[in-house]
Amino acid sequence: MDTKQIETILQTKTIGIAGCGGLGSNCAALLARAGIGKLVLADFDKVDASNLSRQYFFRSQVGLYKIDALRQNLLQLNPALIIETHCLRLTDADIASLFIGCDVVVEAFDDATAKLMLIETMALELPATPLVAGNGLAGWGNNNSITTLRVDKNLYICGDGILETSQELPPLAPRLMVVAAMQANQVLEILLNNTI
Amino acid sequence: MMNIILNNRPESFDEQRLTFEELIKKKNFTFRLLVTKLNGKLVRKEHRHTTEIKDGDNVTVLHLISGG
Repeated sequence: MDTKQIETILQTKTIGIAGCGGLGSNCAALLARAGIGKLVLADFDKVDASNLSRQYFFRSQVGLYKIDALRQNLLQLNPALIIETHCLRLTDADIASLFIGCDVVVEAFDDATAKLMLIETMALELPATPLVAGNGLAGWGNNNSITTLRVDKNLYICGDGILETSQELPPLAPRLMVVAAMQANQVLEILLNNTI
Repeated sequence: MMNIILNNRPESFDEQRLTFEELIKKKNFTFRLLVTKLNGKLVRKEHRHTTEIKDGDNVTVLHLISGG
């Protein structure tokens, strides 16, 4: 494969992003830069000033819905990107209908209960679609504790698997973005190495 | 005795069979939010006490952590 062929493959691909906070906004930016053709974004929240420490938003966007702010930013990176947005708190009832056209889905929720719901629903309703989840990214340092585990054919987990966010272990941008970048990198591997 | 693959690693147990719930207790997986799979198929929480694990099975127990 040469650069042109890689570009052509990625242009035809659609990636779902479940949650557009720390993991989702940064992972989406990386996929947009890499030349993915279409992103399906889902999030219910608005940009808060406290998000700017680690999420892919800017001061002027505080108060906007994250999906709208992220759309603006992604189009600055890649004007040819097609973006479908869904402003909602995802439940097991809408996951299959939202992500059915996606080649890969990225799990980028904050809350562990929501992560569990998405992983279970994808396994039951879209078992043929690879899911790349993030799990364990709080704090700082410990670079080499962050790994990607292929749990089974269509479930990949990026993170340290241990460190939960708390008052003592806040989500800090560098470690969080390592995990977001590993998720994006895993998406590319799935798409380009035909591991689907 | 049975030999299984647990989270990609070989493990041995004295029992011939265990339910998923018994395995979780035995291994001291105390986390609340677990994804459990048997031979690649999802086993929901409410089915863990009736789902049996036997020799040769491939078992996944994954605990989920907030942060993202």
